[in-house]
Amino acid sequence: MAPHGNPEAPGSAASEINREAPKVAATTEEHQESPWSLWEVFVRSSRGLSHVHAGSLHAPDAAMALRNARDLYTRRNEGVSIWVVPAEAISSSDPDSKGSFFESPQGKDYRHATYYTKSEGVKHL
Amino acid sequence: MTTKDTDFAIDGHGDISVGVHGAGASGDGSASATRITPGNALRPEDIALEISRGQVKPSEDVAEFALRIGDDGLILAQRLGHWISRAPELEEDIALGNIALDQLGHARSFLTYAGAAWGKSEDDLAYFRREHEFRSAHLFEQPNGDFAVTIARQFIVSFYQFELYTKLMESTDATLAAISAKAVKEVDYHRDHSAQWVLRLAGGTDESRDRIIQGFKLVWPYVDELFEDDELTTRLAEAGVTVQPSSLREEFDHLTGGIMAQAELDIPGVPQSLGGGRRGKHSEFLGYILAEMQVLAREHPGASW
Repeated sequence: MAPHGNPEAPGSAASEINREAPKVAATTEEHQESPWSLWEVFVRSSRGLSHVHAGSLHAPDAAMALRNARDLYTRRNEGVSIWVVPAEAISSSDPDSKGSFFESPQGKDYRHATYYTKSEGVKHL
Repeated sequence: MTTKDTDFAIDGHGDISVGVHGAGASGDGSASATRITPGNALRPEDIALEISRGQVKPSEDVAEFALRIGDDGLILAQRLGHWISRAPELEEDIALGNIALDQLGHARSFLTYAGAAWGKSEDDLAYFRREHEFRSAHLFEQPNGDFAVTIARQFIVSFYQFELYTKLMESTDATLAAISAKAVKEVDYHRDHSAQWVLRLAGGTDESRDRIIQGFKLVWPYVDELFEDDELTTRLAEAGVTVQPSSLREEFDHLTGGIMAQAELDIPGVPQSLGGGRRGKHSEFLGYILAEMQVLAREHPGASW
């Protein structure tokens, strides 16, 4: 692109517009993926709280991922600490096995303290 | 002004709301736990408030100096803003936009303060001055070029500004010191951002290395102008308002030299430009920047939205 403001090559020169260019890609080409890898960002909003997943971003390495996270996710005073983790380093549960993974605890009231009544004579409970 | 009689720390800020009620809403500052707070920092509006109360008024010399560094930031912000939607990656797009906004914030503060000497607002100074009335150095108006040229320019700018603002924090002028104290933290990040990219471009591919070398060749001629002393800086240095620009050079050379050596880049052996920005003599680029920056304000004076 022409340097902006260069009188010899104005940024808005009509000649820059390729009018022959097809408006829609004729073939469904493979989407050009960013060469940068994906990172997950965790931000801690204040001391004493946990880091919370804020979103993801692309970065060439960990140092730049931290800086990009600072620029993308703490612009409005949201954080005092940031973690970045390579997305590929995260193993996640399978959404399709929700039943076998997460429904088992349902109905098992005895796993909650409120299920039990205080025994007679127990102090300081 | 020699006494630190401003009340920035206790007055004028902390009362703006940018929550669901929109900017300008007032009320109990702790009413909502979910409100995004802007934090407590010196804003241009606070300086304007001080001025309107007659609490601060810069001398002619101080105003002229504030105009110089304010114009540096303003012109750079306009340049960097052009990267928005055009950077190589979305993340970098936002990074450059943030840096542009930081620079614009510094410019607003410095220009608001400068304008107090002449009864002008920041907008009067930004939009209704002509080219020869701008006092920015030539480096700031240099074209963005490709990403590497912009990074090379940022590298020089941020290391220069960091040295300057660090010294200005000890200025006998309390307003300049307060603006600089806020700005120096932001510029410190700009140093980190540009240094990281210099290292990566220089150590990346053959193409990226060629481009950063070319980028430095293009912008290095404008380094000397930043460190030129003149009558104004001499008077202000004697008054303790600022330091002589030449006194910042050693640390600038030391720190930039360290990064350049780490990146295995040579300081370009290019002749230095004549400069003259501080006297209103500009390169051909500034007029085009001003045309774009000022057109709306001049076509529709007083427009707001």
